[in-house]
Order: sequence, then C-alpha cells, then structure tokens
Amino acid sequence: MPLELNAHDRALLDGKEGPIGCFAMRVVVRAAEIVGAPRLADVSFAHIDACHYYGTAHLDFVRRFADADARFKIPVWTNTLPVSLRRPESRADAGERFNGEAREVARLYSALGCRPVWTCAPYQIPGGPDFGDQIVGSESNAVAYYNSVVGARTNKYGDFLDVCAAHVGRVPYAGLHTDEGRRGTVEFDVTGLPDDLRQTEMFCHVLGHLVGARAGSRIPVISGLPAGTPKDSLKAISAAVAASGGVAMFHAVGVTPEAPDRTAALHGREPDERITVTPDMVRRARQSLSPASDGPLDMVALGTPHFSVSEFGRLAGLMDGRTVHPDVTVYVSTSRFVEQIAREKGYLEPIAAAGIDVLVDTCTYFSPAIKACRGRVMTNSAKWAYYAPGMLPVDVVFGSLEDCVLSASAGEVRRETASGPGRFWSV
Amino acid sequence: MNSEAPARISATVLNPGTATGALLVLDETLSFWGGFDPKNGEIIDRHHPQAGQSVTGKIIVMPASRGSAGTPAGVAESIRLVTGPVAVILRHRDINIAIGAMVAGELYGSSVPVLLVSEPEYCFLEDGNRVEITLDGTILIGD
Repeated sequence: MPLELNAHDRALLDGKEGPIGCFAMRVVVRAAEIVGAPRLADVSFAHIDACHYYGTAHLDFVRRFADADARFKIPVWTNTLPVSLRRPESRADAGERFNGEAREVARLYSALGCRPVWTCAPYQIPGGPDFGDQIVGSESNAVAYYNSVVGARTNKYGDFLDVCAAHVGRVPYAGLHTDEGRRGTVEFDVTGLPDDLRQTEMFCHVLGHLVGARAGSRIPVISGLPAGTPKDSLKAISAAVAASGGVAMFHAVGVTPEAPDRTAALHGREPDERITVTPDMVRRARQSLSPASDGPLDMVALGTPHFSVSEFGRLAGLMDGRTVHPDVTVYVSTSRFVEQIAREKGYLEPIAAAGIDVLVDTCTYFSPAIKACRGRVMTNSAKWAYYAPGMLPVDVVFGSLEDCVLSASAGEVRRETASGPGRFWSV
Repeated sequence: MNSEAPARISATVLNPGTATGALLVLDETLSFWGGFDPKNGEIIDRHHPQAGQSVTGKIIVMPASRGSAGTPAGVAESIRLVTGPVAVILRHRDINIAIGAMVAGELYGSSVPVLLVSEPEYCFLEDGNRVEITLDGTILIGD
C-alpha cells in the first residue's frame, strides 16, 4: 500500500519550508515506508533522546537544525545527558572534547525550543501527555511507561527520527499508535507466586527483567500484579522490560489503564503464548541480575530510571540516623524538577546529612560520575544491573532499596530485609 | 556452505548502498547503544553471546536491533569513525538501523546498505561467507 501524504507533508518534502523541513520529512517518510504505514498521524508532544550526546554525529545532526534556525511547534522535552550541566567536574574522565560537545548539544536543543528537563522519567513531571494522546517517545523506559501506565501512544523512536518527527509534528501511523497495535499477545501469569513477594518493588524489577527477555518485542500481559501496585514499581517494570527485551508496551491486568481485565488486554483473543511464572524462574532472573559475590561495597547506584519524589521520601525515612560508610559512595540520579520538589518536602536534608550524593541531568550506569564508579556496586535497578557491566568496570549486586541502604551504611553487602521469612530470598 | 543455498538473494532495500565483506551472523539482537562501542566497533553487551567481537568492516546479519533509543546514533557514529559494519542484513523491518545509516549518509556522504530478507533467505546467510551487495539490494553470495 502506498503511503498517503497530506498537502503539508508534500509541501515539506518539496522543500517549501526549507531544506531542514525537507530532510526531517524525508526521514519520517522513510520510517513510514519501512514499517508499511498507510499514512502519517499528528503528534502533540515529544520526549527526545538525540540530546544524549555520545559522539560527534549527535552534534553534527543538531547543528543542521540550529543552523536553519528551526523551532519546534509542539512541546518537546529532553532525555538525560551524559554529563550533569550543574557539575562540570562530573565527567572530567571523558576529556574536553566529550564534555564540550555534550554541552553544546544540550545548548542547541534548548535553543531549538525544547523544555530542558534532562530526564529519563519525564512522566514524573506534570504537564506531559494524557491518556489517548499521540506522542513521540524515544527513551525506552519512558516509551514503555507512557504507553503502558499513562495510555499515551508512541512507538519507540530512536535518535534522529525522534527529532525529525517532533520537527514536522508527524509520525508513521502504525504499531502502538493504532488500536490493534496495542493488543497483548503473550501472557505472563504470576498468580501462583506468594502475595507478599508480588507486592515488593524488587519483584517488579526482576519480573520486568524476565518478561522482557522472554517477550522480545511482543506486548506482554501480566496477570496477577496487585491492584494497588505503585507507580514506582510500574516504572521498574517499564525500565526492565525495555532493557532485557524490546518491549515498548505491557499490560498489567487490573493495574494499567487499557487492561481493566484480561479480555481487554488481549482484545478478546487468546494470547499466542502463555507463560506461568514459577518461583524458579524468578530466582534465576534475580541471580542473573546479581552476579557479584557478597563482600565489601564500593558504590550504591539508585535512581535508574530517575528517582521519584516518593522514592526520595522512602530513602529519607530509611536514612534517618544512618550514615554512609566512608568507603562507599552512594549516588541518586534524578531530574532537577523532582530534586526541587524533594527539597521542598524536606527529603534532601537527611539524605545529604547521611552522605548521599544527588546527581541531576544524568545517570550513573553509563558514566563514572564524580568518583570512579568501579568495583562492587549495589543497585536496586534491574536496568542498571543489566547495562552497567558492559559500560563500566563493575561487579553488580542487585538488591532492594532497603538492602542498598543497609549495605551502604555497613560498607558491605547486606541482604537482611530481603532474606527474612516470606521475603524475596526465600522464594 | 549449504549446497542448496542460492547464489544470489534479492533483498528489500531499507537504505541503499553497496558493500563487499564477510558476513557476521549475530546469534542474538544487538543494541548499538549500550551494547556496542562505536569508538572501536566492539560488542560490549556482556549478555550477548558474541560479546568482545568486532563488527568493523563486517556485514552484520541479525534479526533486528534492540534496546535503547541511541541505536541510530551508534550506527551513525560508527559509520563516521569507520568502525562500524559496512552493511546490515535484517530479518525484521528495523527503523533504527536504517535511519542511523540514512542520517550518516546525509551528514557524511556514506552509503551503508541496510537490507531486509525473508526468513528462508535469512537462514542461508552463514557466518564467514563473503558477499557483495549491489545498489538494487541484490546479495551475491561467494564462498
């Protein structure tokens, strides 16, 4: 089926709005042809990843737009940066060229009219898209979260296509933008697992990790998550399914908005595959995230995806009266927006007093941050545990937020809260 | 090489270009951001069965890309640095690889072909085979 373009699409292709409009539309049209979309659709919001510099191609690309004095016509928010703009020393290891070009890319996207939120968890900031909105998402956890938890509609747009689609305000009408593209096709049944396990956030990280690995790029339907599963846990699933797999949307029956029941999630059809999640599968998934042995700890990495206000609240409570062991560095990655709210709520004082370092604009799994990130590192994030060993010289221990805090304070790996009767370790 | 293998395959062109090189058949999907280092062309995803291998100058054969949104930039940056694959043959319609190659073409004048083949054709592509790719998407399979 040939791609149907409207008059404005064709005018852009014909160069009526200059070479940059033509280039951006050519990229969107190429994408539409590859996926076989019948037409393009309007979008009302974008969260772009191409601001996340890690090579000169990123700078050369945005310069094309900046040199043409381009301005976005829809709200465009930005993903994390490889550096914290507030702390120039944070990536001294990467050299002058890297830091200079990364900052220049950030400056140019701001000049194009982006809202510079620099976060991988834009859904934690008010004013974003709502249920049913057609949008451009790029960062994999945010795509999964927007589709699954918010009910906005986006495919996962990679670097360059995200900016081109945002520039022309159009996307290929295909995949998750369509009703039929949002049907769950592989079911994961967790109802047979213990109740108290299913209620833990750590379980959601591990579940996301194993679901992503088995679902590939299909849309999983998770049956058996508790109805009150909090947003932070849904964030954990979103990040994990998109790291170990190519999952851009999941349904959690009775939890996410397009899955009031199993039938709705499956669009009235039977799943192509049905997987009963066993305690053994959970155990193996957890072990694969946590390859390092117990022992002295060098670092704790929290906030992947970016820490939420409620997570800061929990951390502040957990740190009450505790201090970080002198041999351990604890980083919490978050956005400036969330940091500001957490400060207003008084959460940052006990966290700073305990010796925890809050890092904005960026994340620790792809950068050594201020102090060298190496050695035995504990994290509560399946995504961090999945990616960091390939990018940093680290041995990862995966544990609950509570265990991360205990371990940071003790200076060595502790698994106390997770190993009590009926808790995660006894699965 | 399989005796029934065709000497040529007509692939669908996702990004046009020509290339000659040895096939590197990846056993699993690969993310070009996080799983790959464009500075040296190495697969760094420790969960990947071919971790540690270099893709430089190779024609990658894989089902699709995977993982973070940075894949097109990883592809483009590796083309800029000449550490990347000289062509990619896919089994699934993968926008990220094709757009990375397309934008690299726009920025740097490169023409790294990205092709799509059917499932049976995909199975004939064996690791180590030398192939030539022509502008119309024909894959000529050598020894």
